[in-house]
Amino acid sequence: MSHDHDHDHETPSGPALRAEALEALLLEKGLLDPAEVDAVIANYGERVGPLNGARVVARAWTDEAYRQRLLADGTAAAAELGIVGGPGGQMERLVVVENGPAVHNVVVCTLCSCYPWALLGLPPRWYKDPAYRSRVVREPREVLREFGLEVPAEKALKVWDSSAEVRYLVLPERPEGTQGFSEEQLVALVPREAMISVAVIQAPAGKAA
Amino acid sequence: VAPQKGSDARLQLGEEVAPPTENGELVFEAPWEARVFALAHHLCDAGHYSWDDFRDALIAEIAQWDAAHPAGEGYVYYERFQAALEALLVKRGVVATGALEAETAKLAARPHGHDHP
Repeated sequence: MSHDHDHDHETPSGPALRAEALEALLLEKGLLDPAEVDAVIANYGERVGPLNGARVVARAWTDEAYRQRLLADGTAAAAELGIVGGPGGQMERLVVVENGPAVHNVVVCTLCSCYPWALLGLPPRWYKDPAYRSRVVREPREVLREFGLEVPAEKALKVWDSSAEVRYLVLPERPEGTQGFSEEQLVALVPREAMISVAVIQAPAGKAA
Repeated sequence: VAPQKGSDARLQLGEEVAPPTENGELVFEAPWEARVFALAHHLCDAGHYSWDDFRDALIAEIAQWDAAHPAGEGYVYYERFQAALEALLVKRGVVATGALEAETAKLAARPHGHDHP
């Protein structure tokens, strides 16, 4: 055997080395197109983000008929805006649930990391962590409090656990003071966290234009 | 139902979500995470398995880890993701048992700065 002791630097760590080894094996077998792998990274790492979800929300806020279609069939309503899931795009059955004065919704995947990628991009780290996955079902009010969101005791709190078939998106409440806003202006107000619903959207500081 | 306030029950969010509306975080924390993620997608697109198959493998890996680490400390999502992909590829016969370990050992033995023949 050769000198295969660890080096302090420039030697990839365990998982990095295994990843490299797997890629090398697959390349050797002709199962891999490196350009396509790069394209997947560019797509999910850079291109797909929460903007699509924000577009859906802003449309629902400004078009009552669209809102009703969205709540009835999320997948079809998203497709109206050109948002469709590819393989693994996790859009086969999108269910949209609506926040309101009497109910607050929050989304989790207790078993792994299911998430509507086509609408929100890849999930943030905390969404995949054991702490969030296990606790938000057990003590949702406490978990949301730690995010800085106090849900009043008289408000119902529903936790939606993603499954193999269903992905959830929360339709947040439209903030006060946005009556004169265009759809485009509204899109800019909707962060990812409001669509997982660990945060609510604050009224814009400057009020309506 | 009183939430447990012990250290085990605390949500380990870290500072990256301090402003919950922050959208600009990195999706992948190391280049290998992005490679593994992309490999899993590419091989699914190429028909080696369905995404549901991959999800089942991922759920199994995560459940195993969760059971062994009740406090949830030291969790690295993409390490579970990687283990799930490896297990699925071996199960499907795409990668032979032991081949990955052999290749990893080969790469680890590379001298610095140039490729080994």
